[in-house]
Amino acid sequence: MADPSDPVPPGMTYGDAPIQMRMTQFAPHAQALGMTLVSVEKGRGVMTTPWREDLVGDPETGVIASGVVTALLDHTCGLAINAAGDTLMPIATLDLRIDYMRPAKPRAGLTCEAHAYRMTRSIGFVRAEAWDEDRSDPVATAQAAFMLNTRS
Amino acid sequence: MSESPFESVEAFLQRVPYARFLGVRVELAGDEMTAVLPFSQHLIGNPMLPAIHGGVIGAFLELTALSQMALAQPGRRIPKTIDITIEYLRSAGPRDTYARAILRKVGRRVANVQVEAWQDSRSKPVAGMTGHFLLRNEV
Repeated sequence: MADPSDPVPPGMTYGDAPIQMRMTQFAPHAQALGMTLVSVEKGRGVMTTPWREDLVGDPETGVIASGVVTALLDHTCGLAINAAGDTLMPIATLDLRIDYMRPAKPRAGLTCEAHAYRMTRSIGFVRAEAWDEDRSDPVATAQAAFMLNTRS
Repeated sequence: MSESPFESVEAFLQRVPYARFLGVRVELAGDEMTAVLPFSQHLIGNPMLPAIHGGVIGAFLELTALSQMALAQPGRRIPKTIDITIEYLRSAGPRDTYARAILRKVGRRVANVQVEAWQDSRSKPVAGMTGHFLLRNEV
């Protein structure tokens, strides 16, 4: 578990931070949303983001904004891609398709799991799902392609 | 009682807490709307590049689509997003981002909207989006 509010060890930079910290403390937007890294393994990652008053998309219902769902899906897909390789490498999202199956429950936070199911030399393919309470009843699903090793 | 189309979009963006969290606003020239995402540190996804978070760009494109629909149909409830496909073309630097939407088809129940976002030059878009939105009856 990596919490965005955990302190960064003195002297640590993005370059030598482990993946858990890169995705939380070192990612300002993830921090602004309060994203927490739940688990990471080869090609897979799970992250959560809490419900907050200022992240609501429909004030009539108090449901979290679909934009937050988008950010969480994108971020967790990036985590899964980063966790698929042996070394951390710069990546770039090519495209991201999101299906919003249903609104999240009012005042509910979100959990997202992403799976980098296929990696080629230059491209990574990812699927992700986000849910509020029940893993089998997703709020949104995503499919994305990433370009790998964008620096070389 | 009746508000101008601009007031209607402004009211929409003011009503949505998440739009305020991102800092999205709109500018109108006649019936042409440009959405603006002023740069702010909390929008950064990768501090090394640095670049605005891909999810923020996606959310901004979606809000631009919703704003354009609010402009076209003032007073209607916020449409529900059915699906979006975001294409990332260039990394979005730590600068203001702009976007414009085209309502390609507004049917009875579903709208198809296309959005493009750019920073320095409109001819060099940073991202594009196509989305479907479920239209809802007047409140």
